[in-house]
Amino acid sequence: MSTIDPATGGKEPLIIARGLRKEYGDFTAVDGIDFQVNRGDSFGFLGPNGAGKSTTMRIIAATLTRSGGDISILGKDPEVRGPEIRAHLGVVPQQDNLDNSLTVEDNLYVYGRYFGLSRTFIRNKIEELLAFAQLEEKRGVKVEALSGGMKRRLTIARALVSEPEILMLDEPTTGLDPQARHILWDRLFRLKEQGVTLLITTHYMDEAEQLCDRLMVMDKGRIMAEDSPANLIKTYSTKEVLEVRFGSDRNAQFADQLRSMSDRIEVLPDRVLMYSDDCESLLHEIVSKGMQPTTSLVRRSSLEDVFLRLTGRSLVE
Amino acid sequence: MKTSDAVLIAESLKGRFAEGTYSRRARAVLEHRRIAFKQGHWIVVLSGFVEPILYLFSFGYGVGKLVGRIQVTPGHWVSYAQFIAPALLATSAMNGAIYDSTWNVFFRLKYDGTYKAMLATSLGPLDVALGEIGWALFRGLIYATGFTAIVMPLGIIKGWYGLLAIPAAVIIAFGFASIGMLYTTYAKSFAQMDWVNIVMLPLFLFSGSLYPLSIYPEWLRYVIEALPLYHGIQIVRCLSLGIIQWSLLVHVAYFVVMIGIGVTFTTRRMRALFMR
Repeated sequence: MSTIDPATGGKEPLIIARGLRKEYGDFTAVDGIDFQVNRGDSFGFLGPNGAGKSTTMRIIAATLTRSGGDISILGKDPEVRGPEIRAHLGVVPQQDNLDNSLTVEDNLYVYGRYFGLSRTFIRNKIEELLAFAQLEEKRGVKVEALSGGMKRRLTIARALVSEPEILMLDEPTTGLDPQARHILWDRLFRLKEQGVTLLITTHYMDEAEQLCDRLMVMDKGRIMAEDSPANLIKTYSTKEVLEVRFGSDRNAQFADQLRSMSDRIEVLPDRVLMYSDDCESLLHEIVSKGMQPTTSLVRRSSLEDVFLRLTGRSLVE
Repeated sequence: MKTSDAVLIAESLKGRFAEGTYSRRARAVLEHRRIAFKQGHWIVVLSGFVEPILYLFSFGYGVGKLVGRIQVTPGHWVSYAQFIAPALLATSAMNGAIYDSTWNVFFRLKYDGTYKAMLATSLGPLDVALGEIGWALFRGLIYATGFTAIVMPLGIIKGWYGLLAIPAAVIIAFGFASIGMLYTTYAKSFAQMDWVNIVMLPLFLFSGSLYPLSIYPEWLRYVIEALPLYHGIQIVRCLSLGIIQWSLLVHVAYFVVMIGIGVTFTTRRMRALFMR
């Protein structure tokens, strides 16, 4: 099918983008990005709303034309071979677009028919998918009666009916409660173990850390960095972070003094973040200089810190 | 890795005409509609079915007593009920097609994300357009068939050629469903959708349904002759009364053009809306 590039460690590249651009009038949504997704990857686009993640996903999904650059999905150009490419993909959109008037089972059935799959094939597949989505008991229930988490699981199951090589998830857990999120992550982790290539956009750093082997940090249509979550943290942040609060008026007041004590600090409206490999000693130093924070917390660096470092802004605003 | 059935099916269309636009699977969309219909609201369909029958009894027998017989072609006189029945049939085909292709499509387009979901699969925009228009057409066909089934035993529509009213209704419904869906793809608000209802009633009342066009001054006749329902009524009236003449081809051609425009531009709109 495709050639194997030694640079990717023998993994087969499924998606290759070079100088990919998308403009809407004067607004540039995707600003000439390069990336490559290999078979079996769990690849994440991390960035705030409006970073260009969903736009990139739609170009890959052959439902949006590009303004410039090149992209190939399994060696095919989405603008020439749209239906073929979409047959390779399972798409889980940001907003559920299940048919609320149909039952759980019928939603899977009609979707399978869109791909031209036979009735027998789909009937067998439905059993497997209902088990996977833990919706066996809901098979005859109309979708409008399902909870948000169940609808999401059904949307994922629906995307799997055509046995796609690449599963694309746009903000898969936005709007779900913590328990529903964990159930969903568990399901996605299983797919990953089965070797399904996952493409995920998210603005949740915990989600990115949980699900993605490789992350592309995006902001304003550009790629800010690309690596594994652990390497991103290693490269762009310190081992630990000290969070101190002095009360909203005094955070800024102490900022200059704090700045001299650490290589890097970030003054946020409600707290000050200080980056160091030894935060306990740093905290002692602060207290010994007579600054008494109302609260303090030492924690490990996260992708949030990476994002703050790369863009000067917080991920969730 | 084994190539999935979905991919093999999609690849089998390679090199066929309009492969990126049409995956030859409009029937999958029809099947979806059929399943949804079975679980949905029947009574709505029933009301549209009853309406023309009520008109026929009220006007055909009531007004018919006052009007007497009407001359359709030189020397060919028919009862008033026979005169309006084909018009009511054509109108019910139009109504059935318009209901489904406008309001129902509007909700699927704006709120349900139905077409976005469909176009994320290996379907193309023409599959979606044909499937949806086909379903709307089907409703028009049901209305027309039901009407014929009630009216024929009463002798209002007669002879084997009376049955030609049904294929005629298919052409009419296809035309209106195509244009109805095209309009809906441009509509942004409920107010714009209300225009559909505002247009349909006068279209029914003034298109030569309840009296011959000869009543109008000449200029108004030209206006009416430019409108689609007039041609629809003429097709059904001529066929059901056994008047086979060349002008039938003109009326049919009008609908062929309407269908062509509707299907082509609806497909383009679907692409513009969901696959820019």
